[in-house]
This record gives sequence, C-alpha cells and structure tokens, in this order.
Amino acid sequence: MNKKTEIKKAFRAAFPNTVPILTGFLVLGMAYGVLMEVKGYGTLWSVLMSIMAFCGSMQFVAITLLTTAFNPIQAFLLSLMVNARHLFYGISMLNKFKGLGKIKYFLIFTLCDETFSIESSVNVPDNINRKYFYFAVSLLDYLYWITGTLIGSIAGKFISFDTNGLDFALTALFIVLFIEQIKSKDKIFPGAIGFISAAAALLLFNADNFVIPAMVLIMAILLIKNFADKKYSSHPRTSEHLK
Amino acid sequence: MHLTNLQTFFIILVIALGTMATRFIPFLLFPDGKKYPKIIDYLGKVLPPAMMGLLVVYCFKNVSFISGNHGLPEILAALITVALHLWRKNVLLSICGATAAYMILIRFLPI
Repeated sequence: MNKKTEIKKAFRAAFPNTVPILTGFLVLGMAYGVLMEVKGYGTLWSVLMSIMAFCGSMQFVAITLLTTAFNPIQAFLLSLMVNARHLFYGISMLNKFKGLGKIKYFLIFTLCDETFSIESSVNVPDNINRKYFYFAVSLLDYLYWITGTLIGSIAGKFISFDTNGLDFALTALFIVLFIEQIKSKDKIFPGAIGFISAAAALLLFNADNFVIPAMVLIMAILLIKNFADKKYSSHPRTSEHLK
Repeated sequence: MHLTNLQTFFIILVIALGTMATRFIPFLLFPDGKKYPKIIDYLGKVLPPAMMGLLVVYCFKNVSFISGNHGLPEILAALITVALHLWRKNVLLSICGATAAYMILIRFLPI
C-alpha cells in the first residue's frame, strides 16, 4: 500500500472519533474568538494564539493577561501551572509515540486534553497505520480549534443560533472515554483514584487551583500502591500472577 | 486594548513557550531509545485512566451544586451519558444523545 492511501485510510478511520471534538472545539473556539474580539483583539491575534499555543482553557485565562499590565513572567508561570496536566499526558504517551519519526514532534506540540483522551483510549484498528492515525486525530483537533477561533472572531457577532450547552459534547466525550478506560479490570483502581482525588481536591481548593493538588494526590497514591504491590509480591512464586 | 502590539506578541509567545514546556518535558527527559525506569512504564499504564477521571471532574468544576439549579442538568446529563453508553456501547450515540439531552434540560428544566 502506498503512503498516500495509507494516510487517507488513517484519516477516514480517525475522523469519526473526532466528531465530538469537532462540535466542542468549534463552539468553544468561536466563544474564544468572540471574547477576544470584544476585548479589542482582532482575528489575527486570536488565530495566532490558537496556532502558537493551542491550549483551550489557558487561552481564556490569557485574555485577562492581555488586558492588564505587561507581566510576561506571570504569564509564563501561569501557563506552566494551568497546563501542568500535560506532563502526565506526556508520560502516558511515551510508549505510544515511540519511534514515530518526525511526526512525533507534531503530536507532542498538539497534545491537548481531547487529543490525549482519544489517543490513549481508542485502539487503533489493525489495518490502519498507527502513526498516521495519531497524526490524523491530532491534526484534525488542531484545525477544529483554529477554525472555530477564526469563525468566532470574524462572524461571531452575526451568528444568532443558540449554541448554549453544545459544548457538553466534550464532557460526554470524557465520561464515555473514562468508561472505556476502566473497562479492563486493572484500570478500575487508577481510574477511581483519579476521579476521587480530583473531586477531593476540588472540594478543598477552588475551581481554578485544584488541578495541581489533584495531580500530586494521584501521583502519591499510585506510587504508594505500586510500592505496596511490589512488597506484597516479593515472594518469587506469587510475583508472576500478581503482575 | 492595553498592551502594545509587541507586548501582546510577547505575551502570546511566552504562553506558547510555557504550554510547550509542559508538553515536551516528559519526552525530553525520556527520549526514544533511552531506557527509562520501570516506574515510568507503570505510570504510563495507570495515568491514562486516572487522568480521564480527573478530566471528568474538571468539566464540572464550575458547576455550583449548592445554588441555582444545584447542577441538576449536569448531573442528569452525565447519568444519561453513562446509561446510554452502558446500554448501546456506541461512543457517538452516547455523546450525541447526552448533548441533546443537556441542551434540552438547561432550556426547559424549571429551577
């Protein structure tokens, strides 16, 4: 099979997986474009931000950074903190992105919540080239966001269709992929830890500051669990089936 | 508009750099071909379900459960998502059905 048909096949296989993201990103991207427009930043700025940073919620936070005193250090630290969860996505994708050549850099560059959720949950069909499948998901999601931003900043004011609630598609996507992830028995525990830690952190901290405490909690519990399992299974005869 | 064009560009650049740092650091620490500790392999297996759990919570972070409609539309729509998915096991159907249900709920559910 030549490269071109392989890529085409990968896009055809990847597209249905990205439909919820198409919906969510167009709506949210448009909301972002409109908001930037309202704050006095035209199409060029909002699209540039979407192309360069491609970081959803941080882009909304960034609007406030653009409308106050110039403080690049604060902007840098804030984007590190708001996006800290990417660190865990990276660790999760180390193996899957291994040996994918130059495309790997693009996959890392565009690794966001939604792309991560698809690429870490969906099993790539056997007859599809894994590299191109990931590339297709990443590129499509990236383009959806940029297109949404573009439409929002140009035509946002003229669109009167009531899209309120349409972005629930992304919430539903995460719920569905969460269910898919915890289908295998050994994933139930880490899945529950993630959910419970995040919920606990949200209760203790406010909505804007809970992600990093949640990540620390998740990491701590998972490491303790691993340590305890190892200790428990240190007997050579039992170690095999406990793995 | 408060910042000059150059300042605006610089802020965008800095945000992009901060974001890219969070994306690239794991891959820079553990590049292809370099053998990494077993614990990273373990984390690579358990972090995806854990982070999906976190993302689900993340979507509800701005929902107020003690005031307004007590997050009833969100809770109901989430339950519909789970039920639809366990019943039909069709990702797109679950998401479309749940989104439609949510859009109806926020419009017609009396507070």
